[in-house]
Amino acid sequence: MADLALPETPTKAQTWRQGDVIFRWLSRGCAFLVPALIGGIFLALLIYSLPAIKKFGVGFLVSPEWNPVTQEFGAASSIFGTVVSTLIAMLLAVPLSLAIAFFLVELAPPAVSRVVSTLIELLAAIPSIIFGMWGLFVFAPFLQAHVQPWLASTLGFLPLFQGPPMGIGIMSAGIILAFMILPFICAIARDVFLLVPRTIRESAFGMGATTWEVMYKVMIPYGLVGLIGAVFLGLGRALGETMAITFVIGNSHRISASLFAAGNSIASTLANEFAEATEPMYVSSLIALGLVLFLITYLVQILAQFLLRRLYRSWSVGL
Amino acid sequence: MRRVICLLALTAIILGPAVGVQAQTQTLNGAGASFPFPLYSQWAHKYHALTGVKVNYQSIGSGGGIAQIKAKTVDFGASDEPLKTEDLDQAGLVQFPMVVGGVVPVVNLPGIAAGQIKFTGELLAQVFMGKITKWNDPAIKNLNPGLNLPDQNITVVHRADGSGTTWLFTHYLSLSSPEWRDKVGVGKAAKWPAPNSVGGKGNEGVASYVKKVAAAIGYVEYAYALQSQMSFAVLKNKAGKFVTPSIESFQAATANADWQKAPGYYIVLNDQPGDQSWPITGATYILVHKQQADAAKAKGVMKFFDWCYKHGAEMAQKLDYVPLPAKVVELVQATWAKEIKADGKPVWP
Repeated sequence: MADLALPETPTKAQTWRQGDVIFRWLSRGCAFLVPALIGGIFLALLIYSLPAIKKFGVGFLVSPEWNPVTQEFGAASSIFGTVVSTLIAMLLAVPLSLAIAFFLVELAPPAVSRVVSTLIELLAAIPSIIFGMWGLFVFAPFLQAHVQPWLASTLGFLPLFQGPPMGIGIMSAGIILAFMILPFICAIARDVFLLVPRTIRESAFGMGATTWEVMYKVMIPYGLVGLIGAVFLGLGRALGETMAITFVIGNSHRISASLFAAGNSIASTLANEFAEATEPMYVSSLIALGLVLFLITYLVQILAQFLLRRLYRSWSVGL
Repeated sequence: MRRVICLLALTAIILGPAVGVQAQTQTLNGAGASFPFPLYSQWAHKYHALTGVKVNYQSIGSGGGIAQIKAKTVDFGASDEPLKTEDLDQAGLVQFPMVVGGVVPVVNLPGIAAGQIKFTGELLAQVFMGKITKWNDPAIKNLNPGLNLPDQNITVVHRADGSGTTWLFTHYLSLSSPEWRDKVGVGKAAKWPAPNSVGGKGNEGVASYVKKVAAAIGYVEYAYALQSQMSFAVLKNKAGKFVTPSIESFQAATANADWQKAPGYYIVLNDQPGDQSWPITGATYILVHKQQADAAKAKGVMKFFDWCYKHGAEMAQKLDYVPLPAKVVELVQATWAKEIKADGKPVWP
């Protein structure tokens, strides 16, 4: 009987095994697709930016010149705008989102917490162009009329707040970016805080710690790895953000100490200038800018991984 | 299975007529400059309603238009900046003007209405260079004695994207100021020297920045200045007269130009002679290949543009573009007959 039954089961097993093989190759192919794409993009960027790299060399990275008439290009002004606007965004968004997340987890009544959490997630779903238009039509005029004149009169002795208030510029770009990355950092930070065991939180309170001490000395150290991850996610998004920035940054190739001044980010330069760039050196320089952005984002990711690994080792508690 | 058959049948019903129509009617593809896009798309719409010929025009920018026509992926390209004769010959292209438009300086100064503030080309260049930084600078005051000019910093608004508008404007500033010509030059994009400057994307971007930023000055296509009701400036022309931008003053500049002597119609209508001529005027161009592979299609393209010249003038004026004078159209059509060929035979007429 067993002999008779055998020929049937192997065929079934064989088809299964065949399915397994196909599936293995399929999933392997899918997994290799990602590195192939990244490698391909990197190669394409490199090849097309070669003329610019050959002509300008390392000077491309430090030259503030961007002159389409004489075909002299340098990335410094765009890198500067990208870094400064991202820096402003991170400085504003990180403390704000940690405070919000802590409030939602620890202080808010459950009903409020639910509503606010949903709203924050909705904020993440707003397309960036909407942020840009809102920034241009509502937020920048508000900055120009109320915030910047006040900053200029109180902190005007700092070079950061000098020059005529225009509303649009590096400052509004940074603040709009902060609004855009806030929901991402906040949502993860909330989840991280929720993972801190109730007992730990409550024993801290039981030992007489203030709310601030619980957040600063218990919750943040406990969830540090997760929080760093959240911050880097926000950072990655801020670096590459295009449309919203293009609307409000002022699109001017200039390095200025004042946050009121107009600037340019790498992404906004590409968005603005690519369509009408005809000269080969112009196109090549724009692609080289893209390569710079690619490398910056990549470096940030590597840095994030490195930091996370080190933290993971030194903090045996937590996530 | 039945579901699949149903689906197939449905697809056939939906696609069937579309495929049938495709077979009968002609589709012409064009791409390029964004400045004439509103007009070209209206022309295409009307032409489709009248003749059934479909014209797709993609507004991807002049640079893209030139690249696409060179690669022969479209039937015609469009550019705001004329190509030089040697470039045309190298790529085997014919170029002809389609409509004319003007660029106007616009300002945002409270209490100063459209057409009130006067500029000369030299003064405009100084402002855009950042040499004159305040509105109450003596140079501006002397030219505008009656105006109450504020003690405010001037913010210069320019195009952030490359554009024919910028090309025309910087060309005019170069004609007016040797300093501008040497230090900045002419281009679809430029290095804007004024320290207090911002860039807007497209005419609408510049228009909205000028409106938002107090004491700003910018330059836009005439149509945008009208549509967004901005205070445009009056300019001194070559004849020494101050002229207001209008369809008539653009037409004057077009009529006073010597088209006959311009190979490839490479002519910039900036600073043309004539009392009425607006000094920043330019044509937008169409590019087609000299050697056409498909005679029927080439004929279709020529027929469309012929219709635009002959019946599109009114629509053009409604959208604040200036149609070409009849004698220029005659010249253009003579060029078609001479240069555009399929299988060695002229396509037009």
